[in-house]
Order: sequence, then structure tokens, then C-alpha cells
Amino acid sequence: MGFIKNYLGEVLGAVKSLATGMKLTGKYALKHRKEKITQLYPDNRDTLLLPERFRGEVVLIHDENNEHACTGCTACEIACPNGSIKIITKFDLTPDGKKKKALDTFVYHLDMCTMCNLCIEACPTDAIKMDQAFEHSVTNRNDLIKILNKPGSKIRDGVE
Amino acid sequence: MQNITDNIHDWLYATFNPTIAMLIEFAIIGALAIGLFAMLGLVLIYMERKVSAVMQLRLGPNRVGPKGIFQTTADTLKLIVKEGMTPNGVDKLLFNLAPFIVMIVAMVVLAPLMFAKGFQIWDINIGVFFITAVSSLSVIGILMAGWASNNKYSLLGAMRSGAQIVSYELSAGLSILAVIVLTGSLKLSEIITSQENGWWIFKGHLPVWIAFIIFIIAVTAETNRAPFDLAEAESELTAGFHTEYSGMKFALFFLAEYVNIFVVCALGATLFLGGWMPLHFGTGTKFNEVMDYIPSSVWFFGKTFFLIFVIMWFRWTFPRLRIDQLLNLEWKYLLPISMINLLLATFIAIMKWHF
Amino acid sequence: MYRETSIVNESTPTPFSGNGESDMIINVGPQHPSTHGVLHLIITLNGETVKKVEPHLGYIHRSIEKMCESLTYRQFIYVTSRMDYLSAHINNHGCALCVEKGMQLEVPPRAQVIRVLMDELTRLASHQLWWGALAMDVGALTPFFLAFREREMINDIMEETCGTRLTMNYMVPGGVMSDIHPDFQKKVHAFIDHFKKKIHEYDELITDNIIFQNRTKGVGYISKEDAISYGMSGPSARGSGVQCDIRKLYPYEVYDKLQFDEIIEAGGDSFSRYMVRIKEMKQSMSVIEQLIDNIPEGDFQAKTKAVLKLPKGEFYSRVETARGELGVYLISEGGTTPYRIKFRSPGYCNLSALDHMARGQKIGDLVAIMGTLDLVIPDIDR
Repeated sequence: MGFIKNYLGEVLGAVKSLATGMKLTGKYALKHRKEKITQLYPDNRDTLLLPERFRGEVVLIHDENNEHACTGCTACEIACPNGSIKIITKFDLTPDGKKKKALDTFVYHLDMCTMCNLCIEACPTDAIKMDQAFEHSVTNRNDLIKILNKPGSKIRDGVE
Repeated sequence: MQNITDNIHDWLYATFNPTIAMLIEFAIIGALAIGLFAMLGLVLIYMERKVSAVMQLRLGPNRVGPKGIFQTTADTLKLIVKEGMTPNGVDKLLFNLAPFIVMIVAMVVLAPLMFAKGFQIWDINIGVFFITAVSSLSVIGILMAGWASNNKYSLLGAMRSGAQIVSYELSAGLSILAVIVLTGSLKLSEIITSQENGWWIFKGHLPVWIAFIIFIIAVTAETNRAPFDLAEAESELTAGFHTEYSGMKFALFFLAEYVNIFVVCALGATLFLGGWMPLHFGTGTKFNEVMDYIPSSVWFFGKTFFLIFVIMWFRWTFPRLRIDQLLNLEWKYLLPISMINLLLATFIAIMKWHF
Repeated sequence: MYRETSIVNESTPTPFSGNGESDMIINVGPQHPSTHGVLHLIITLNGETVKKVEPHLGYIHRSIEKMCESLTYRQFIYVTSRMDYLSAHINNHGCALCVEKGMQLEVPPRAQVIRVLMDELTRLASHQLWWGALAMDVGALTPFFLAFREREMINDIMEETCGTRLTMNYMVPGGVMSDIHPDFQKKVHAFIDHFKKKIHEYDELITDNIIFQNRTKGVGYISKEDAISYGMSGPSARGSGVQCDIRKLYPYEVYDKLQFDEIIEAGGDSFSRYMVRIKEMKQSMSVIEQLIDNIPEGDFQAKTKAVLKLPKGEFYSRVETARGELGVYLISEGGTTPYRIKFRSPGYCNLSALDHMARGQKIGDLVAIMGTLDLVIPDIDR
């Protein structure tokens, strides 16, 4: 008799454990409208808010006068672990006739960037920041090589 | 439904000579069967994806058409235009034959099913036996596919499938027998008529309940559905017996799986839940008359789709069994229980204790 | 039984062959649904029974150790996020600890607490992903989405404070890169409350499930002695009763001031390894609860020079990642870049025991054993 009792107990225990699991998935099926966790991504693009610290790509901050704070010191280029940043400098003449190093072109290789944030940390004048843009796919690889300083932009006065 | 089919039949025999009329009927039935096959595939695959989505807190298909209802149509179109590749080193004849065998078997077992009152392709007097006998042929197609693919994963999957289908047929058959014993007939129309005053699940006492549970488990295993999907176990054998198949040949396996589910669920609905028979209690009550207003096809498809939902529910809840546990479950638990259950059912049938 | 013209035998000569003629050799991976990446296993089968498992590595080798030699002490840490990407914080932490040890740098208490919090959140996220992936390996697909629901909350917290979701590079020598986000504490509280309500679902769906228990109990057994001799560590070794929690044995940061248990299960089978991780999630939650309201004020980063230099010498630090002991061995010649870095990754040693565990089991069990070992292939291959 003990054998049969064990046998039936085993069967009932198994059925109970399976029913518990089915109850859970059944509950989620019924409460689906409330419980669903996915988002309709391309549709909610307008309302999609990314945290301010999200590392999408490096941008050079320009103000309304088309001025930036980059002195061309190449600290970011040195800090970058994989050579995504290439700073080309030029020499400007200051009003008192001295030569001064300044930014000519800020080349940024988005295809090599790993978003490690080390360049932002290294920048002494906070000229660059991480932007929240994350839709980076392009059809031509060369489009990923970006020049960050806008045409005609110059360094803001007073930034050393 | 009975009137429409009878009218067509009479009109055909009145207009043409009997041979041509018969051929035309064959053609109509063939077209209907193929149409049903395709429709079932589309509907059930969509249903499966939606059921899995609601259980997994997702949305499921929602891009093609409203609520994504044309998603499976788009998928099928894509599979049809895809190249039907035959890999090097396969046994070409068997490889190409296997999906058709599986599909033909799935279609043949549609024949004795009663879809609505008086709407049946072939009211054969051994209907239940026919379904169980023919549906077991699909294992030949699966074994063929696994062997011919010349792929070790496929072979393992096919071997698992062979062992599994052959053993689970026993308990599926024995649980069906419990109802047959109570009804006294193998003819599906008679089984349904016998449930006029209540479905077997209500008036059959304990043996029918046990038989019903065993039947659901056994047919889940027979159709290679999770948690018994060892034949394709994607985390172990990538895709099991259809690893090497692509395009429409793969789609035929896929469709056949869903049609098989439909067939076994329709059989379960017929045997235990009264087929197209509305929900009746006793005879001649007001309640029965209200229930009769709902068309019989709605009853049949409602019950069948409920059972299909239950089988899908299993799939999206449970982990997969191991092959030895699978056979243990059959030979140590389901088979002894269903044998004792059959004795019990026979006893009840002899003593006339059922309602 | 099987035809001689098998694809595997002809085209890929294996370094060993089976003993008998009935043996079947199968290549599992590098592309296979259950290898969690590009692990390549050559398994010898007798029917369904596994006779031998030979892991082949190298498909995702990126020579991270060699790369580190050309990067400065600030730079090399970001690469280590790519080893065990599921415990990226903890990898970064181990490297930062090693550099700090060399520089004799004191980390501010606030940074220490933030680091431990991030470590434990990472451990939770990693264990949640493991739970979902293990359930997938044994054939249940729904748990994966339940696990991701919780993991998503952690990822959002990480995204808000660290800026990225997976490869953070948040730990720097001397502290952490930026202070925690103002919402950090609120969100962590929300997560803990949510997870406490939901963790019973993990038991209902998988732990108590009879099929899962049958699939894991008594399967993939490894004894305590064998686990030690294979060099296993982390939850996989604690499932065999080995005391190996680095947080307890060699406490770093504030772990010695915290109240938490080292989970040890003596069973040695897949189910014990499973239970260790499930219980560890609860312990991680208790650690987070102890710390989240007690983050001391102060600097989040010690003052360091722009260019770090380590004195000549050899330095070793170890941390407990979600998978086990991560050792960082650093040789400095006195310059700004390491002369040599060696990582002792937990996954590599755990994987080496796979053959021992899987022999005599079925193929389905092999997959379940791999699942309970919680392998992350980039960690093994580096």
C-alpha cells in the first residue's frame, strides 16, 4: 500500500508543480494589457527619452554664436584608447602678433568609438560631451567619420 | 450545413452521370481540404505567436495588417518564393519525399472529422481507429527526413521522435478506448450523438477525466510539441529532424505540425467534449434549447481551439524533458494508469453507472 | 548504425577519435543555439550518451591581454568590460583595484560604497540573465522574458548613472568616473521592491517545476575535491561545497563591514549550482539594501595625476565576479603602460570541468550543465 501511496503522491506533486507554473503564465496572458513590457520602438521615437548621461556619440559643443571651447590641446586624442579622435591644429595669430595653437579640424571616427567616456573626462575646457543620439546606422562607412567643428566656428573668447 | 451539402450532392447527381459527379465531388473535397490545411496553418501559427507573446509579456506580430493578422501570410509567401535547397550528400529521393509524407498524413486524417452537424468528408465506421492508425504514419516521414538529411543532429532528432511517437501512441490509444468502451462505437458521428444528453467529460466520472488528461499529455507528445519537443529540441539539436530543410519543404513540416495539433485536438473535442454537440444537460430542458441556437460549427471550433490553446499554454510554460525521462513518463506512469483506467471505464460501462 | 560518410569525420579532422566504431562525433558550435556565443565543443556520443567533451576555444579571441600592454593605466580598464560583459563593472573593479594597489591610492569611502553597489547590481543582472538563459537551455522560453523584465530595470539604473547599459567603464583608478545620478537611490529602491515581489515567480516557474528538478537533480555531479582540483570558483564551485567567495575570504572595499552569507550547497549537481545562484540573488539584494541608504558623503574620486605611473613591481588583485574569481596580475616596469597583464578568468577554469561533469550524461543534460556553469565565452577566450 505504501508503494501505491508514494506513487500517487509523486504524480499529484508533479501535477501540482506544473499547475503552479501554468497558473503564472495564464495570469500573465490574462493581464497582458497591463503587464506587457515591450515598446513599439520606431513609433515611439518622438517620446523616447534617454538619460542625459547616455553615451551615444561625441559632439563638440557649439553655442549660438557658432563658438566652441576647444583649444586644440589634443588631451582627448591622447586619452582615447583606440584612436577615434584626431585633432588637426593650426596656428592663429593673436592681436598682439603671437602665434597661438588652435583647432583646425576635429575628426571623430564614430566607427571606432567604444563610448568609454575617457575623452570627455580628459578635456580640460569641457568642450566636448556625449550626445544621446543612438541611431547611427549608415549605408556608407565613410559617413561615420565625422568632423565635429562646424564650418566657420571659432574658439570662444576667454577659453584658454 | 447538412442541407447545403445534400443539395449540392443531389444537384450534381441529377445533372451529371454518377462517375463525373463523383469526380467533381472529389475535386471539391480536395480543394476544401487543401484550403483548410492552408488556412489552419496560417491561423494556428498566428495564434501560436500571439499566445506566446501574451504569456511572455510581449506584443507579438503587429506590423503586417491590423494586429499583425497577415504576418503568417507574408511569412508563407516568403517561404514559397525561397529556394528549395537540397544539400549535397543527402539522399535526394527520401529528402524530398519526407515533407510530403508528413503533409499527406496530416491531410488524410482530416477525412473522418465532423466539423459541424452533418458536415463530414467520410463517415467511416472505424473513424477513431482510422485517425490513430493514419496519424502514426507521420513518424515515417520524420524518420525519413532525419535519415536522409545526412546530418547527425537530424538523425538524433528523428530517432528520438521515433521512440517517442511509437510509445505515446499506446497511452493515447488506451485513453481513447475508455470513451469507446462507454460509447460502444468507433464511428465519430455515433460518438457525438451519444453525447446528446451531456458530454463524456461530465457524465463519464473519474475514468473519463483521467483519460482526458492522459490523452492531452499523450497527444502533446505525439505531435512533438513542447515539453515533449525532443525531436527538434532547438537548444540541443539546433532544429532536429528538419535542420537541413529550407523554404517550402520546411514550411510543409511546419504546417503539418499545426494541422496535426488541430486534428488531435479535434479528436479530443469530439471524444470528450462532444464535438459539434452543444452543451446539454439532461434532455429537453430550456437551457438545452438556448444552447442549440449557437451553430454547431462554432461549438466544434470553439472546443478545438480551446484544446489547442491548452497545448500552446504547455509549450510556453514548461521546460523540456530528457529522452529517458520522456520514456519513463510513458512506460512507468501514463501506460499503467491508462490501463487501470480502461479497466475502470469498462467496469463502469458494464454496470451502467455513467449517466 | 550511422553511415560512414558523415560530414564531420571527413572535413574536420579532430585531434582525437572515438574508441569504438559506434561512436558518433558531433561538433556542437561554434554556431549553436545553446553555447551562448561561439564555444566549440567536440562531443563523442554513444547513442544519446556523452562519452567525451572537448571544448575548443579561440573563436572570439581578441588578445585583450596583449592590447592592454599598449594602453595606459586609465585606458586599459575599458577593454576589460569586453571580457565578461555580464559583469563588466566587476571586471573594471578588479583592474582599478590592481592599479590602486600599485599606486598605494586610497579610495574615498563614497566611491567604495558606490563601487560595491554597482557590483551587486551587476551580479543581480548577471544572475537574472543566467536564469533566463538556463531556462531556455532546458527548453522553457517564457522565463527569459520575465528575467529580462527585471534586468531591464537594472540596465536603466546603469544607463542613468554610468551612461551605458552593458560595457560601462565606470570604475576608474581612484574611484568612479562620475557621481551617482540624483535618482539613483530612488530607482534602486523601486527595483528592490519590484524584485522582492517577483522573485517567487522564479521559483514557481522553474525551481519547483518537476520537469526542471528531474532535469537537474543528480545531473552533472562534481565532488568538492574535483571542483578544487579543476580550479573552479564562484557559484559553480560553491554548488559543490567549496568555500571560495572572494568577498568573504579576501574582502575588498567595504565587503568586510557588510552582513551577508556565503551561499554553499553541498550537492555538487546542476540543481545545487542553480540554487546557489538563486540564493545569491537574495543575498545581493540584502547587500544593496544595507548600503543604499548609507552612501557616505564626500568625493567620488581620489585626486590623481592626469598620467598614472605605477612603480616597478608585480601586483595582483582579485574580485568575485558573477561567475567566480577574477584575478588581475599586473607587471609594471615603472612606465605608463603595463608590461604584462594576465587575467585569471573564472569561466575558463569552470569550463575545464565540463568534460568531467558531462561524461555519461545525455546530450540534453550536457546543455543543462553548460547552463548551470554560466559560461560567458568572451570571458573564457578573452
